[in-house]
Amino acid sequence: MLFLPELTLLGAGLVLFFLSLGQPSNGRVKTVAITLAAVTFFASLLCLRSEGFLFYSAYKVDLFSQLFKVLIAFGTLALLIFGAKDSGIKQKTQPEYYLFLFMSVLGLMMLVSSVEMMAIFVSLELSSFAVYIMVPMRKTSEEKGNQVEAGIKYLLFGVMATGLMLFGMSYIYGLTGTTQLPLIAERLADMYTQPAAIVAVMLVLAGFFYKLALFPLHFWVPDVYEGASNETTAFIATLPKIAAVAVLIRIVNLISGEGQAIVNVLMFCALASMFYGNLSALVQKDIKRLLGYSSISHAGFILVGLLTFTPLGYATAIYYITGYLLMNLACFLVICTVSEDGKNVAIEDLAGLYKRAPILSLTLIVGLFGLAGIPPFVGFTGKLMLLLGAFNQGHYLLVILAAFNTAIAIYYYLSIIRITFCTDPEERQAVAIGGATKIISIFLMIAIVVMGVFPSTFISMASKAVTLLM
Amino acid sequence: MDQLLMNSGFPILSALIFLPLIGAFVLLCIKNEAMCRNIALITTSLVGLLSIRLLFGFDTSTSKFQFVEHRSWIEAFNINYTLGIDGISILLVLLTTFIMPFCVLASWSYIKTRIQAFMICLLIMETAMIGVFVALDFVLFYVLWEAMLIPMYMLIGIWGGPRKIYASIKFFLYTLSGSILLLVGIIWLYTVNDHSFFIPDMMWQDYSLTSQIYLFVAFFLAFAIKVPMFPFHTWLPAAHVEAPTAGSVILASVLLKMGTYGFLRFALPITPEATVVLGPYVLWLSIAGIIYGGLTALAQSDMKKLIAYSSVGHMGFVTLGIFVLNVDGVEGAILQMINHGITTGALFLCVGMIYERTHSRELDSAAGIGKYMPVYITFLAFFSLSSFGFPGTNSFVGEFMILAGAFELSISQNQFPYLALAAIPGAVLAAAYMLRMLQKIIWGGANNPDQSWLTDINTREIITLAPFLFFVFWIGLGPQPFLNLIHTSVADLLQHFDIHQIKAVAATGAILQ
Repeated sequence: MLFLPELTLLGAGLVLFFLSLGQPSNGRVKTVAITLAAVTFFASLLCLRSEGFLFYSAYKVDLFSQLFKVLIAFGTLALLIFGAKDSGIKQKTQPEYYLFLFMSVLGLMMLVSSVEMMAIFVSLELSSFAVYIMVPMRKTSEEKGNQVEAGIKYLLFGVMATGLMLFGMSYIYGLTGTTQLPLIAERLADMYTQPAAIVAVMLVLAGFFYKLALFPLHFWVPDVYEGASNETTAFIATLPKIAAVAVLIRIVNLISGEGQAIVNVLMFCALASMFYGNLSALVQKDIKRLLGYSSISHAGFILVGLLTFTPLGYATAIYYITGYLLMNLACFLVICTVSEDGKNVAIEDLAGLYKRAPILSLTLIVGLFGLAGIPPFVGFTGKLMLLLGAFNQGHYLLVILAAFNTAIAIYYYLSIIRITFCTDPEERQAVAIGGATKIISIFLMIAIVVMGVFPSTFISMASKAVTLLM
Repeated sequence: MDQLLMNSGFPILSALIFLPLIGAFVLLCIKNEAMCRNIALITTSLVGLLSIRLLFGFDTSTSKFQFVEHRSWIEAFNINYTLGIDGISILLVLLTTFIMPFCVLASWSYIKTRIQAFMICLLIMETAMIGVFVALDFVLFYVLWEAMLIPMYMLIGIWGGPRKIYASIKFFLYTLSGSILLLVGIIWLYTVNDHSFFIPDMMWQDYSLTSQIYLFVAFFLAFAIKVPMFPFHTWLPAAHVEAPTAGSVILASVLLKMGTYGFLRFALPITPEATVVLGPYVLWLSIAGIIYGGLTALAQSDMKKLIAYSSVGHMGFVTLGIFVLNVDGVEGAILQMINHGITTGALFLCVGMIYERTHSRELDSAAGIGKYMPVYITFLAFFSLSSFGFPGTNSFVGEFMILAGAFELSISQNQFPYLALAAIPGAVLAAAYMLRMLQKIIWGGANNPDQSWLTDINTREIITLAPFLFFVFWIGLGPQPFLNLIHTSVADLLQHFDIHQIKAVAATGAILQ
């Protein structure tokens, strides 16, 4: 029962494996994948309240991990539904693609539950390797070679980040003599101001900064976002980041903010991320690249929550990443649906979208204004709470510069909205939307608004989950 | 919470906020265009009628916040849903609810595409605007203050004129970047005030002069852009010219008032000493705005642009009145906010009616229509007279009080009244550009285009304009009922200043020495 969502995913992997042996029709593979994702989602909901340890205490099941599992399962289901139309994946390798996707999700789910360094490493690699393969599996027709380049970049940077992380883990093991996170926390308690401990923790964090696309480990983002197929990008942009936040919270929790050095380093990373992401996004033409750069700046905002080193800060980081998941899913839903034959979408391709597909344009505007941090959407509430937390800790400069970043960011989000609403479609065709996609898009819009206006329930749940870590 | 009068009965402020929102939801499910118009009109009228109830329950003898509602919203950060009005905000709420039905009426035949979406935007605007004036929690205020940008952006960006893209983006970016520091200021206030966002708790606290000055700068940027004060006004003409009539009316009548309301509600009570120290600079910026607005308006050939620049001048009078910090000035400023809302709103409606017929806002193409549209011209003439403060109309009372306040300020400081004298050319300029416009439209010249095909305004349009005219004369001839509503709150606000003024003067004296 504790392991139910993961077991479902394993089963799903097996089913898809057998499907890949035969030559099933395209539609059937998609239906099977969506059904399996739905089953996983319900399984994770079912296990939301379960608690316990597995595998010699390497694997902890509690509200914290289960909350993240629900988010991951929901994200998977949503992106499978809207990614099903006009897939950018080769017909022949569809079952394999879904197989890898489920394996990666399995890795992510295991990651959020792991409380032992080896388990963290193994689950991280399980999730990463599947994605390394998914990136180049794009159809070769148009963007020739781009997907392979993207795949190589993702792999090389990923391996480098993993190397850094392993190096850091070895330091931590050397300092504390254990790989269990709770024990490490105890033993690090009186030496976290030592340079060795700071370096070790920073190196371990680096592995997840890579997943979260935080400066200075963000270099892969634009090319991978552009080169991978739309649904793969939607996956990379959302789910690994959720898991990364979960592990980051666990690791940051090992140390405390009293060592000012580490706070300064994190603060620098956060600000550099925001400025780099926002300023680069200003000049993008491809919407996926743009969202890639914007994701770098959002990673900076999430770090603002972590570097407060308070439970409430962690809880708001969880809130923010959840909002980020919803808003990004909304944007990628539009990209996947507008895209023809799985091609990339330039910002101009959205021209007059409000006439071609009113519901998509509404979804896009809600998602983008949310990402930009305009009330009453979840992005605003999240940013407000993050900044409040940081201000409470006395990081005044950080708050002011972060606030300026919101102003920079609004420009490029507006430039997309402008194209969608204020221009004529010319000869562009109306966009067909499937019934399930419509439901998902309406659900996402409602969720973005409701979470933004009534954050209390979620925050108190996240706080409760975070206190379990202490 | 001694500065509050709780509302135990019907939650009228919440009703005012949520009624338009409910209307917007109803509209979402309706496809029929005629029905959309009707529902929007019914909703806004209902809100207007409901708001009249505020007048009957309002206690003019106290400066406390009234009709207060209080609910917990985000407990983790002590953010609440708190509403309330006092003498400063009541007239602005009423102005908003009064304007909105006419905005719907003005869009009746003006808007031809996507009426459902247009009306939804209008209704959401109304919710946000009322909310801004009644919010007593700073986060609630900020949420609505920012949320308003989205429907306004849509109104300009979708239904606007040829340069709508430029105008809408400029409007959005300008106002948003102004509010960024406001947010930081709010967060600072939250941390020093025992983690509370409750606005009345933040007022009249002993913040150090340095922090007050930082805070004042943050407030000033946000509010001066919204007003807009010279030199932050450049978004206004662009937005006004491109916006559809209803959008221009909302902009001129309500949105601009939010800046001056912000000064009165936040800058003065929260940073009183900084206000005293920095006030003189704001006064001279106001004078610059008055003169600049007047001179620029004189040179315009586009009617909407002309009125937009005249707004810069009129709002200069309002900020002038606020920062002279005496009863005449501040009361005059609040009254002038209402007057400007009525007069300029009506002028934009008039321009919209011409535009609907000739599809041009150029003075030249509207020249000489007096002969063919006599009823229309009558209305236009009265509103123009009101705009430059002709005695007997509403603006005269407001501008007179503000100038009186400016004179009193100089007299109380034993100075020659430079300030008031500097503002007077503004009043003359206003007469010059308004009469020039009026002369051109009514009579024109030898090269008038053929206007004989024009039809005079219809009953719907007369119904739209008549109430505005009614208020022009009511406030012009008998302003006392309006002043009664605001007097106690203003007196109370300024009473605090006597204490702080001495302190601030002492403090600056210390700095100088």
